[in-house]
Amino acid sequence: MLTTPVLDYNLLAPILIILGGALVGVLVEAFAGKSNRARIQLPVALISIVIAFGWIIKIHNLYSATAAVGSVSIDGAGIVIQGTVLALAFVALLFIAQDDHFVSQASALPGSEEEAMAISTGSQLTEVYPLILFALSGMMLFPIAHDLITLFVGLEVLSLPLYIITGLARRRRILSQEAALKYFLLGAYSSAFFIFGAAFLYGFSGSLSLYAIHQATLVPGGSHIFLLIGVIFLTVGLLFKVGAVPFHAWTPDVYQGAPTAITGFMAACTKVAAFGALIRIYYVGFSALQNDWKPILTTIAMITMLGGSIAAIAQRDVKRTLAYSSITHAGFLLVGVVALNRAGLSALMFYLVAYGFATLGAFGVVTLVQDSTGEVGDIRRWAGLARKSPWIAIAFALFLLSFGGIPLTAGFIAKFSIFTAAYASGNIAVVIVGVISSVIALFFYLRVVLTLFFQEPTSDVVTVAAPPLMVKVGLSIACIITVVLGIYPDAIFNLVQSLSNLLL
Amino acid sequence: MNIVTLIILAPLLGTLVLAAVPQSNSRLVKIITLTTSLLTAAISIAMALKYHPAKGGFQFVESHSWFKSFSINYAIGIDGLALVLILLTTLLVPIVVVGGWNESENGRWSVKTFYMLILVLETSLIAAFAATDVFLFYVIFEAMLIPVYFLIGGFGRGERAAAALKFLIYSLFGGLLMLAAVIGIYVVSIGQGAGTFDVTALSHLKISHQTQNWLFLGFFIAFAIKAPLFPFHTWLPGAAKSATPGTSILVLGVLDKVGTYGMIRFCLLLFPDATRTFAPYIIALSLISIIYGAILAIGQKDLNSLIAFTSISHFGFIVLGIFSLTSQGISGATLYMVNHGVSTAALFLAGGWMIARRKSTQVDDFGGVQRITPVMAWCFFIAGLSALALPGLSTFVSEFLVLIGTFTRYPVAGTIATLGIILAALYILYLVQRALHGPVKEGNEDMHDLTIREKIAIAPVIAALIFFGFYPKPMLNDINPMTSTLMSHISIADPTPLAGK
Repeated sequence: MLTTPVLDYNLLAPILIILGGALVGVLVEAFAGKSNRARIQLPVALISIVIAFGWIIKIHNLYSATAAVGSVSIDGAGIVIQGTVLALAFVALLFIAQDDHFVSQASALPGSEEEAMAISTGSQLTEVYPLILFALSGMMLFPIAHDLITLFVGLEVLSLPLYIITGLARRRRILSQEAALKYFLLGAYSSAFFIFGAAFLYGFSGSLSLYAIHQATLVPGGSHIFLLIGVIFLTVGLLFKVGAVPFHAWTPDVYQGAPTAITGFMAACTKVAAFGALIRIYYVGFSALQNDWKPILTTIAMITMLGGSIAAIAQRDVKRTLAYSSITHAGFLLVGVVALNRAGLSALMFYLVAYGFATLGAFGVVTLVQDSTGEVGDIRRWAGLARKSPWIAIAFALFLLSFGGIPLTAGFIAKFSIFTAAYASGNIAVVIVGVISSVIALFFYLRVVLTLFFQEPTSDVVTVAAPPLMVKVGLSIACIITVVLGIYPDAIFNLVQSLSNLLL
Repeated sequence: MNIVTLIILAPLLGTLVLAAVPQSNSRLVKIITLTTSLLTAAISIAMALKYHPAKGGFQFVESHSWFKSFSINYAIGIDGLALVLILLTTLLVPIVVVGGWNESENGRWSVKTFYMLILVLETSLIAAFAATDVFLFYVIFEAMLIPVYFLIGGFGRGERAAAALKFLIYSLFGGLLMLAAVIGIYVVSIGQGAGTFDVTALSHLKISHQTQNWLFLGFFIAFAIKAPLFPFHTWLPGAAKSATPGTSILVLGVLDKVGTYGMIRFCLLLFPDATRTFAPYIIALSLISIIYGAILAIGQKDLNSLIAFTSISHFGFIVLGIFSLTSQGISGATLYMVNHGVSTAALFLAGGWMIARRKSTQVDDFGGVQRITPVMAWCFFIAGLSALALPGLSTFVSEFLVLIGTFTRYPVAGTIATLGIILAALYILYLVQRALHGPVKEGNEDMHDLTIREKIAIAPVIAALIFFGFYPKPMLNDINPMTSTLMSHISIADPTPLAGK
């Protein structure tokens, strides 16, 4: 006899709301007039995010491992990650709403007649919004997934829309399409690795549930080798998503090619979601195997921190620099994963908040610095920007200083707490390497600040576009959070700490 | 409100007021800055009068929870060491403002930005000296680099951007090593009960010798970069060459003292065993600093980098005094910090005015200045004499104490350090000879002597040099109890004299 599965819709509502918003978006694309779509899509997306966020606040202390027949587990850490993803997505949408960054029709070149015609008939691309919402729903499912199939579904749902949006940049179409293809192909490989690992784990434990795998690892004896192969392949698949060295090669190309506002969304939200999933897998599923995976992840954390920061020094393109910077930060975040204690968990989540908003803000600023052919990537042409628009330069410097972990910014508190957790877990080597790579990273952050503030402006016409209201709001939110979390971190840190729990 | 907090906040309030002033009105900006700094100085003098030297320990303590999850507090308190350094800071800032009234005009940014940065720097310097929470100290230690970075990069001359970046990278590198050590000692404190950052509580921890060694190095290297001690000094000449005189005074005169202050407050107090282990090596480094800085100073052609190298030599003396681990040595070193700040101020003020008039930093471009501008030349001469620690000037007292303190424990080191005095005479007198005396060099004929404003700025500095040269007792009264508390806490006794008294 078939029993219908019991679903706890209350706890799943945030994801369903986002999915609902995405479907409404699709219907708008289908039925609303061309000229009205942009005006309808943005509010639909923002409102669904706000409602979902509100719902998360409502359910923040209702934990359940059986909300969807054991497929997902709603717990403190899951709630924090979901909330962070939503908050970041809200700000990201404010930047994405500058619609001149997206191609109007796949074949239309910027400035061409076709494009002008497409714009005049109001047929700009507005599919971005539902696609973002679909990706977002995947990002919310990914960190709470409690079995490997749900994890995989979450991974795919968050990735597929991103592959598409990456190719939608209005300028430098070829670069953008190349980035999309690279992202897709490598993403497909990593999914294959993930599935392969899942299969081995199933072979070992006879189940796909993280809880069952955990139970199986506690039983002595058995074929350990399948388990290890499974863990390693699964790790490869996940590390690809977070962009850890040596699985990072796609990051600079994709970050550079994608429309900048989307890059910000990917760099912030994808990373938060992926780390949410990593936490659950290693803290819950494989916690009994820590002697096996800890050395591997520790090494990867070290080479990611060092590799990202060293490679960033040689970059001349702002977006590529930020891409390598995000790789470095993936390394710092992995430090929190290998700490494997509760302090590490809360430090990691705080780090994600601090890093996410600064990243969004930094990419938000990049969208504004333009010449006649679009955004200016070459950092040398940013020289003397502080004189042309001091506030934008100050905001950018603030985000970079936060990345660098200068005190009184959120990045410092994040770095401090994550290093403290690692130190307390006895992993001092990783702290030392972390400190060294922080210095290397600081070098290139400060070099950018120096270019902005101390160099004479170049003669060519690099301007800072007058930011539209929504971008101003987005930048202000990012700045305020970066400063407030640096000066008065207590409130958010306490919240994160009190929610630092994972259900088995 | 706690008077120390008031002193910390006063310059910050001034900054806020400045923010509201229109950029074009640079005169008003300067007046507001001067008023703020004078007010701050007045409050700090009031605090000094209320301070009880005999009581010892931290006074005017205040503590508020700041970041509960890590039991981090806004905790401040004043002892003799902090008191004299805070006084040095608050009294030098108005002198810098008056003395360098026009130095900010040719910067990349507005005069207003310059003075806002100066006041922010003042706040962070005071807070660094007052902090009794290691984490709070660390935060300020790092955050204060940012205003200096912009002061050098935005208002300096020559290779200012490179100098600013070098300064910042060096300091941040040290800072991050210190961060690792700060985390380390916090984790140790968790292991022994409650996690804390309170410096007094931390000083009672039992830390194994090996752990102490690592943590000590984390703190020490950060402070050695800041101080700066050979071989961590290479950022200083560049920074001094590029910065405006006022910035140089605050960087070399006060900011660098945070390094030597930190050695006493944190290295000695928290890691006594490691201190004893490393003291001989550090003494060797400080001797190298003394000799190396002095020899390089002799050969410098640029006035600013000459002063920078003399400072490296002097920081060698301060570190020598601290790690001689004798009460004369530590008291002498503390006194040295203050006197060196005052002496550096005099040198950079007079030197800065000479440079501004001649529009050259090369020592060889001067010559015969004595005949054209006698008052300015005399001021520079006295400043130079204070740098070579002439008896009768305050720097002599401190150098003498450091040498005595060193000699009682390390006679050989004490003897070698004495060479530094001879070399100091050489670099200063050679400089004076080249710059002030001899025939009037071309281009110097039209120099005008000090204005009233400049005289007002330098008069208190020279007065302090002379006054404390004859009567250092008021300062030593504040410093000595701190030294004896420290010595007894780390259970080190002065060596018994070799011959009877």
